[in-house]
This record gives sequence, structure tokens and C-alpha cells, in this order.
Amino acid sequence: MKERIAQRSNILPGISFVMMMVALYLVFIYVPTAQGMGIMVQKVFYFHVPLAWLSYLAFTIVLVCSGLYLWRREAKWDIIARSSAEVGVVFTALVLITGSIWAKSAWGYWWTWDARLTSTLVLWLIYVAYLMVRSFAVEEDRGARFAAVFGIAGFFSVPLSALAITLWRTQHPPPVIFEGGLAPEMLFAMLFCVVTFTALYIQLLTQRISLRQIETEIDQISQNLSYQGG
Amino acid sequence: MSKSIGKILVILRKDLISEARTRDVAASVLIFALLVIVIFNFAFEPGGETTKLVAPGILWVAITFAGVLSFNRSFVLEKENGCLEGLKLCPINKEIIYLGKMLGSLLFLLIVEIIIFPIFSVLFNLPLFMPKVALIAVLATVGLVSVGILFSALSVHTKAREILLPILFFPVCAPVIIAAVEATGMVLQGEALGSLSSWLQIMAVFDVVFVVVSVLIFEFVIEE
Repeated sequence: MKERIAQRSNILPGISFVMMMVALYLVFIYVPTAQGMGIMVQKVFYFHVPLAWLSYLAFTIVLVCSGLYLWRREAKWDIIARSSAEVGVVFTALVLITGSIWAKSAWGYWWTWDARLTSTLVLWLIYVAYLMVRSFAVEEDRGARFAAVFGIAGFFSVPLSALAITLWRTQHPPPVIFEGGLAPEMLFAMLFCVVTFTALYIQLLTQRISLRQIETEIDQISQNLSYQGG
Repeated sequence: MSKSIGKILVILRKDLISEARTRDVAASVLIFALLVIVIFNFAFEPGGETTKLVAPGILWVAITFAGVLSFNRSFVLEKENGCLEGLKLCPINKEIIYLGKMLGSLLFLLIVEIIIFPIFSVLFNLPLFMPKVALIAVLATVGLVSVGILFSALSVHTKAREILLPILFFPVCAPVIIAAVEATGMVLQGEALGSLSSWLQIMAVFDVVFVVVSVLIFEFVIEE
């Protein structure tokens, strides 16, 4: 039996749950509500931005672990890359959904084809394709290798999407956080949400990794059994 | 260095000879590109001012679709007759195979463009014969081909490769396709080279990144 990279932990889900509750309190009760925008819809911001940052982080981890897999050929890097991509795809989907909810209220329509929105959608498509590559390969280790190659090649769109609001004139709001345009309470709640979602990301990632390891072990056992059974 | 270039040219020559003898890819890719243009013509019914708005999109979608077909063939041909095994046995670095195949495809797609652009120009009554358009075409084609050949080598080793290649290729190439469409549109609107520069830069960065990255990771794609 191989050594496990990640054990299912009982502490991490607890920590993320408590932090999430605190984050909800901060976002909906503690933070003063800004004038001008829809009252509730502006709160989407505190989930939308951390999710977007964390999806960039998830895809960066896919890149790093893909490189490490090609270099060292250790299955664990492949498992981490794949799990991180899955979490990243879910987070990017949530970014698109929360963004659309905000856009409907702020702009009056769900979607527009501007640089930031388009590049984020493309990003989502790239990593959905990343998850598909594997199932097309005949042998498992070849699938892992191809996925690693695609995980490296596909990364180009991540910085492009992250920088889209500075490279082009877009309808997407400018990066207020870096420009110091936030009230201190808002900034605090925002940063707390980022930490919370980081905890959630780590929790989902370890959960997925340990699940995948169990899957591999079961595969191995059933293969051994069928072998013994002749 | 000059030795490597010689080896790259040998692979390029091999591809050109095999294409010259069969001519099956060139004709079908060209006809396919024309078909795409005709179908889009039905879809949008461009006329008057709308032509300038939709034409760049039609042109580059046609070229990208045609490109996917030709990239697919590039490695399917190698695989079918076991040529890929032979290539891998050659005492050369794997990146030489990549660069040779890439140059072949690049040349091929540029020739298709040289034929398509005048036809397109006549059909849509647009002035496409400008050095600016040529620059855009070369930058975009290098980007498309560098990604296309890498993924073609990858998808040829999978089942359902005809499906996998476009799924991998289109989203990764989206920045180049968008940049080419936008830049061509701006040229047709009569803008100067300076205002195109941001799109040209994106394409140039994309080209450099993908040629370098592909050269580095190509060996992992074709190893057994």
C-alpha cells in the first residue's frame, strides 16, 4: 500500500465551516452597506473576488504540479494537479455565476462579451478540457502525461484573464482593492473572505486528493482480485 | 546550430514531398475554408457596412477551422504508416521533430492563406492586400500552428482524436484568434499601425511563449 499524501481530516472542514460563518456575519451585518448599488447584490463582491483569486491559485498549482510530474514522474503530483483543477473549475464556474448575478443588477444584463468575462469563460473551458484529456488516453500514465502537458500549455490564459482589466478597457469594475478604494471595514471583510476561501480550497483539495487515493487503491485491489481469480 | 537547422529542414522537406505527391490535404483544406466562408455568408448575409464588422471574424474562423483539419492530418499521416516510430528512432533531439513538423504546417497554412485572402477579398469586396494584414496573418498563423502541432501530436495517441484536438485547441488559441480578428477589423476600419500594437503584442507574446513551451515539452508528448 502506498503512502498517502493527504489524510481525510476532521479539523479542516470544521475550521472552514466556522470561518465561513464568521465571513457571513462580517459580510451581511458588520460591513456598512454602500449607497448607490443594489443593497444585497453588492455583497456578491465578497464572494466573487476571493473565488476568482482562488481559482487563479488553483490553476497555478495545476501548472506547478504538472511540471513536477513531468520532471519527477511521481503519481502524487498528478493527483494534486488533477484535484486542484477540479476545484478550480468549480470556483471559476461560481465566479461566472456570481458575476452574472451582480451584472444583471448593475448593468441590466447577465453577460457581455468584454475582455475580462470572455477570458474567464475561456479559462473555464480550458480546464474543463484539461479534465477531459485524461479520459481520452488509452493508458493511464499516458493520460496523466498528456494532462500535465496540457496543464502547462493551458496556463497562458490565467495571467491574461487576471490582467484583462488593466490591459483593456472593460466593463468589469477596476481592481478597487489594489487602488485603496475600499473602506477599512470592507477591506477587512474582504481579506477575511479571501482567507476563508483559501481554507475552503485547501479543505476541498485534500478531500479530493484523499478520495482519489482511495479510488486508486480500490482499482488496484480489484485488479489483483481479478488476476488471482484467473 | 546550423546542423540542427539542417535536420529541421530535412523533416520539413519530407513533409513537403509527401504532400506534393498526394495533394490530398491541400485541396481538401482549401475547399473546407471556402465552404466555411460560404456558410457564414448565409448565416450573416453581410452587405454594406456590416461586411466590415463581420468579415474579419468569418476570415479567421475559416482559417482556424481549416488549420485544425490540417494539424490533425499532420500527425495522423505519421501514425498510420508507422512513420512516427521511424522519426523517433532518428538520432535527433525531439524538439527538432517538433520544429520540422511545425515549419511544414506553417508553410502549408500560409500557402492556404495566400490563396484564401484574394478570394475572400473579391467575395466580400474588401481591401486585404496590405502589409499590415500580412503581418497580422503571419503572427496569428505562427501562434495557431505552434499550439496546433503540439496538440496534434498529443491527440493522435488518444482515442477519438478528431474530437479531442479541437476541444484542446480552440480555448488555448482563443487569445490569438480574438487578437487576429480585432486587429484585422481595425485595419479594415483604416486605423494606423500604432493603434493595433496592443493586439500585435499579444500575438507576438503568445507566439514566443508557445514555441518555447512546445519545444520544451514536446518530448513528453511523443515518448512511449
